[in-house]
Amino acid sequence: MKLIRNHVMVCCGTGCTSSESPKIADAFEKELARAELQDEVKIVRTGCFGLCAAGPIVMILPDGACYSRVTVDDVPEIVREHLVKGRIVDRLLHMEGDEGTTATSLNDTQFYKHQTRIALRSCGIIDPESIDEYIGADGYLALGNILENKTDPQSIIDAIKESGLRGRGGAGFSTGMKWQFTKDAVSPDGVKYVCCNADEGDPGAFMDRSVLEGDPFSILEAMTIAAYAVGGTQGYIYVRAEYPIAIARLETAIQQAREYGLLGKNILGTDFSFDIELRLGAGAFVCGEETALMTSIEGHRGEPRPRPPFPAVKGLWQRPTLLNNVETYANITWILNNGAEKYAAIGTEKSKGTKVFALGGKITNTGLVEIPMGTTLRTVVEDIGGGVPHGKKFKAAQTGGPSGGCIPADLIDTPIDYESLTAIGSMMGSGGLIVMDEDNCMVDIAKFFLSFIVDESCGKCTPCRIGTKRLYDLLCKITDGNGTLEDLDTIEELCYHLKESSLCALGQSAPNPVLSTLQYFRDEYIAHVVEKRCPAGVCKNLVSYHIVPDKCKGCTLCAKNCPADAISGAIRAAHTIDSAKCIKCGVCLGNCRFGAIVKV
Amino acid sequence: MKSLEELKAIREQMKKQLDIRDQSDSNIRVAVGMATCGIAAGAKPVLAAFLQEIDRRDLRGISVTQTGCIGVCRLEPVVEVYVPGQEKVTYVKVTPEMVPTIVADHLVNRQVVTRFTIGAAEQEEKA
Repeated sequence: MKLIRNHVMVCCGTGCTSSESPKIADAFEKELARAELQDEVKIVRTGCFGLCAAGPIVMILPDGACYSRVTVDDVPEIVREHLVKGRIVDRLLHMEGDEGTTATSLNDTQFYKHQTRIALRSCGIIDPESIDEYIGADGYLALGNILENKTDPQSIIDAIKESGLRGRGGAGFSTGMKWQFTKDAVSPDGVKYVCCNADEGDPGAFMDRSVLEGDPFSILEAMTIAAYAVGGTQGYIYVRAEYPIAIARLETAIQQAREYGLLGKNILGTDFSFDIELRLGAGAFVCGEETALMTSIEGHRGEPRPRPPFPAVKGLWQRPTLLNNVETYANITWILNNGAEKYAAIGTEKSKGTKVFALGGKITNTGLVEIPMGTTLRTVVEDIGGGVPHGKKFKAAQTGGPSGGCIPADLIDTPIDYESLTAIGSMMGSGGLIVMDEDNCMVDIAKFFLSFIVDESCGKCTPCRIGTKRLYDLLCKITDGNGTLEDLDTIEELCYHLKESSLCALGQSAPNPVLSTLQYFRDEYIAHVVEKRCPAGVCKNLVSYHIVPDKCKGCTLCAKNCPADAISGAIRAAHTIDSAKCIKCGVCLGNCRFGAIVKV
Repeated sequence: MKSLEELKAIREQMKKQLDIRDQSDSNIRVAVGMATCGIAAGAKPVLAAFLQEIDRRDLRGISVTQTGCIGVCRLEPVVEVYVPGQEKVTYVKVTPEMVPTIVADHLVNRQVVTRFTIGAAEQEEKA
């Protein structure tokens, strides 16, 4: 009989895959066979651990040793030392900050200590391509109980209501209420749809992708339970085509679930039937908006339509449709298995449970974290995120992507929940959290998000199609150094018009990055407009490079490297930069060994 | 197509396999010395015996790990048992035949098998 003594968990999420983790898993297979350990050690290709910045991650259980930045070349040493001789390879252990963590204390690291993992409970712990492992981790326990006890659908909806779960896609509408509306809606022919929004489009956000890659069965089970509760007959997962790993794992999961009779006709031999199909989005941001998403599933161009009627009443093909976000579904079985009151005990008065965030930007621990609602931004940035790297100062955090706003440094103690974030002009959004330091120009950031919106506006309604473009032009005028103080007023006015008159949330929330930076960083806008200066030194038209004659040794290095031939001067004599030719690329600054070049 | 009963059976069977990934602090930890000295003295069959015995008795909450050389090579194979909240116990010159006793007495009934410990071995050496 095979007695497995170790599991080697190799992260095969998108982050680690991009640094060749599948090859690492292959190398383990080869080395284990060579050491004749293939019957004693099992390799598990898992989803994301969250420590994306330190990937590829390999964890060896039950020892608990977590190796980071592993390469294919490290594998023979890990097998020889750790798996054959039981000696942990210290040099590869994941280190946190300046102090190394010990082998068995990954749960004690600052990164994990402040987290509560509900939606991500099985990410990195199970093999996402094995339905057996999912079942072993209490998967299909909730669905099994419901079908065995013939639970009243209303009591499931009541439990979800009681848990206080709100939509994790960003808007924060009560999930239980949404289920109730769909259940109460009457379908002319009895057909109701249950859909999952996996069209995660915010720049820098990858929460839904990680859940789909790490624990795809939890979404299938939750959708099946939702279908049981609201009377759904067919399910669709709308996932973006840019997530190839997530799609592959979902396809595998759907097939395995069908083979086990957990999807399809007569689930587990009962008279309840439900099936799920995938629909791939072509990457239009607007298709994350629920009405546009449904239009796209129907086979039309992804454009939003006015609400009401809401999807719960008339959605896909005019039938009542339940549409929830991936992360929302990821909470469902936990709530049913552990009790609604236990879920409601986590978080704040109005925001219950946890929220997953994708940490990105100027932060040490880029990665995926799940925190109880009400955790302060400071805890997320400084404790979990490990702070801003290179000794720079934290300037702002951007939540909610192109629909959200910036939270300045003096509001870092704001608790993260739906109400608090909205109150300070930002929003929860789907969970992207981008950290910025003193080198980021806030006008430039607002311009970046707006350029994204201009690209992604579907063009159906005029305010969004033309308004965002005009707003973008005004911001360009400012970063080019041609702005006036009147322009700032025009921007604000335009923002309010956009908010009020756009058809869908894309246009309605598009001004948020502009308004919140104007609110908290107005001095930066004024510096651009009045002093024609970019304090962070980002906006090219507003910076210039100069050579300090006293410091220049005439080494010619800058002149040699200048791509625009803008620097001239004799050997061993002070050089000068011709500002008319200078393209402000900054190459000279990086090359000068004497600190003679300054950026103003 | 699976029935509800089959689903439950799969869950029970898989739970045992996934136990190895349980990182809870309340687990009893059995560490078998598997450095060159340990392996030469026969640590591998001892490790296998622990896994077999724990599987046979269907015990949960015990993680069997390996460790390196602790410096008493003459007493290998060495097995250390960590019960949470109690002092570590070191068994020496462990053979596969001793394993069922250690599992039954120490891991299940929490009675240290004193005659197999390093203390007993050292007294024997002095005598």
